[in-house]
Amino acid sequence: MIQIPEHLSKERLLDLYEQMWLIRYFDEKVDEFFAKGMIHGTTHLAVGQEASAVGSCAVLKEEDKITSTHRGHGHCIAKGADINKMMAELFGRETGYCKGKGGSMHIADLDKGNLGANGIVGGGFAIANGAGLTSRMKDLGYVVLCFFGDGASNEGSFHEALNLASIWDLPVVFICENNQYGMSGPVKDMINIEHIASRSGSYGIPGKVVDGNDVFDVMNAVGEAVEHAREGNGPSLVECKTYRWKGHSKSDAKKYRTREEEKEWRDKDPIKRMKEAMLEKEIVTEEEVEEIKQQAKRKIEESVEFSKESPEPDLSTLLTDVYAD
Amino acid sequence: MREITYLEAVREALSQEMRENEDVFMLGEDIGVYGGAFGVSRGMLEEFGSERIRNTPISEAAISGTAVGAALTGMRPVLELQFSDFITIAMDNLVNQAAKIRYMYGGKGSVPMVLRTPSGSGTGAAAQHSQSLEAWVAHVPGLKVVQPSCGSDAKGLLKAAIDDNNPVVFYEHKTLYKTSDHVPEEAYSIPLGKADIKREGTDATIVATAAMVPKALEAASKLAEEGIETEVVDPRTLVPLDKETIVESVKKTGRLLVAHEAVKRGGFGGEIASTIAESEAFDFLDAPIMRLGGAEVPIPYNPNLEKATVPSVEDMIDSVKQMVHYDTWRENHG
Repeated sequence: MIQIPEHLSKERLLDLYEQMWLIRYFDEKVDEFFAKGMIHGTTHLAVGQEASAVGSCAVLKEEDKITSTHRGHGHCIAKGADINKMMAELFGRETGYCKGKGGSMHIADLDKGNLGANGIVGGGFAIANGAGLTSRMKDLGYVVLCFFGDGASNEGSFHEALNLASIWDLPVVFICENNQYGMSGPVKDMINIEHIASRSGSYGIPGKVVDGNDVFDVMNAVGEAVEHAREGNGPSLVECKTYRWKGHSKSDAKKYRTREEEKEWRDKDPIKRMKEAMLEKEIVTEEEVEEIKQQAKRKIEESVEFSKESPEPDLSTLLTDVYAD
Repeated sequence: MREITYLEAVREALSQEMRENEDVFMLGEDIGVYGGAFGVSRGMLEEFGSERIRNTPISEAAISGTAVGAALTGMRPVLELQFSDFITIAMDNLVNQAAKIRYMYGGKGSVPMVLRTPSGSGTGAAAQHSQSLEAWVAHVPGLKVVQPSCGSDAKGLLKAAIDDNNPVVFYEHKTLYKTSDHVPEEAYSIPLGKADIKREGTDATIVATAAMVPKALEAASKLAEEGIETEVVDPRTLVPLDKETIVESVKKTGRLLVAHEAVKRGGFGGEIASTIAESEAFDFLDAPIMRLGGAEVPIPYNPNLEKATVPSVEDMIDSVKQMVHYDTWRENHG
């Protein structure tokens, strides 16, 4: 049984629980629409990985920032994104976060401190450093969470950025969501060490491995790392062991893994575990958690209606927004 | 007016901007105590300190991305790459991040960064330290590209680049660093996208960039001795490109030679030639458009080989004469 931190109020717990369901329903809805051909392009779903996004962002202040990845819907939602604008962006509509110009891999919400998803694996490391440098140079006090996957940890940008963040004591927390596969590449075939977090040793920064399907374990570790950074002690590396339930992207037959392995991880469903912990401690009732779940579902349905009713971008917008004035 | 070198002009622009605007800072390899690979930032560490003259590890991918992130969050970073060849290592951040962020985000956010870097051959640094790859970046929507040919332009253009709210690639030229001209002491801005007519003429136009500009001026002087009046146009910025000035010049002269040091194949000269071919200036042409560019080889080490790689003053003179005497030339070569 996972452990609920004492300081979390019932209200806060239910808020986090709702975020978990919003992410799950959002991505399941997107999955459904892709299958039906209602959304085009591609998308990367984080179903099963909700706890690392929610647990990480739960410890942030409003002014803190994140950089996200190609599998970024969960990070957006956990950082307080407007679900309607997210869904509308996937529909390519004018009301979307990027006015239909970005799509799934480029949603950003600068006002909420979300510096953007990224279609380049490993593209966020140095950008997070830059945001951290701004925080330092302007004395703004905010911390930057840099999400990345196990695959990105093999990019050269990982090494360069972690080294730089370390020597400059930048307020950045690097959060590895190790979902066991870089597209089809099993992490055990691509990395010859057990824990990616061990790489922190090369940079002289703290590294920690957590159960990525335990929202509270993630919160505790990222919370410590964020405080470490906020106090001016520099970056940390936190590795969340988790699993993506869906394929890498929309066209993935998942030939590289077994159904048994998938079932093992589904049994470690982060949402179910959170619910059971709250029920066990008698913090919430079955009715209350069910109501939260239904509420999340309604919000996603509303976002779909909002998107469908939203206009397509006018063709005249094609050439705008390339350069700032 | 006093004369200072191109290198001093760049340093003066940087220093004046940094005194003016606290958000401006520099990062790059060996720009601190060492003063930068070519000495541009010499003395700046002493004035501005290590927080604003940020000496970095040899990590072009990280420092370019750090500049993007800092720019996106409110700073105005000026990144120095020691040699423009190393832009290949920074390319992902430049092309996939900096250039696209504003568009991808639907017009929100901006990346006001400058990537300064010396390009070009002529120093014996050979194939990996001598290229002119400006056409690569000029191809990417979202970037601006500047190529000053003299110190007074470099100073004004650099201020404009730093004040611009977009990512700007600012190509300095190694062999121009030691050249001098009259440079005003006060800070001033030369708008990006405004070409400069370096010499007026009526018989032919040479559009030249960077180190080709002084060569074109030399060619024009020699041609004048033979009664051929050549106009030399320096676009100064490739993106945005001042098409109007080039078109008007060609309408006046009826002949166009484009000269750049970069490899001719796929070089920016093709873009300028096409611009004229597509414009109303086409009807004014008295001879086919000509291009001079670098030989299609990696830059060699041997000084004679290296020199032969890029267009010379003589090449320009020959080309202009060929255009001016096109009818005779065609009869002889027809």
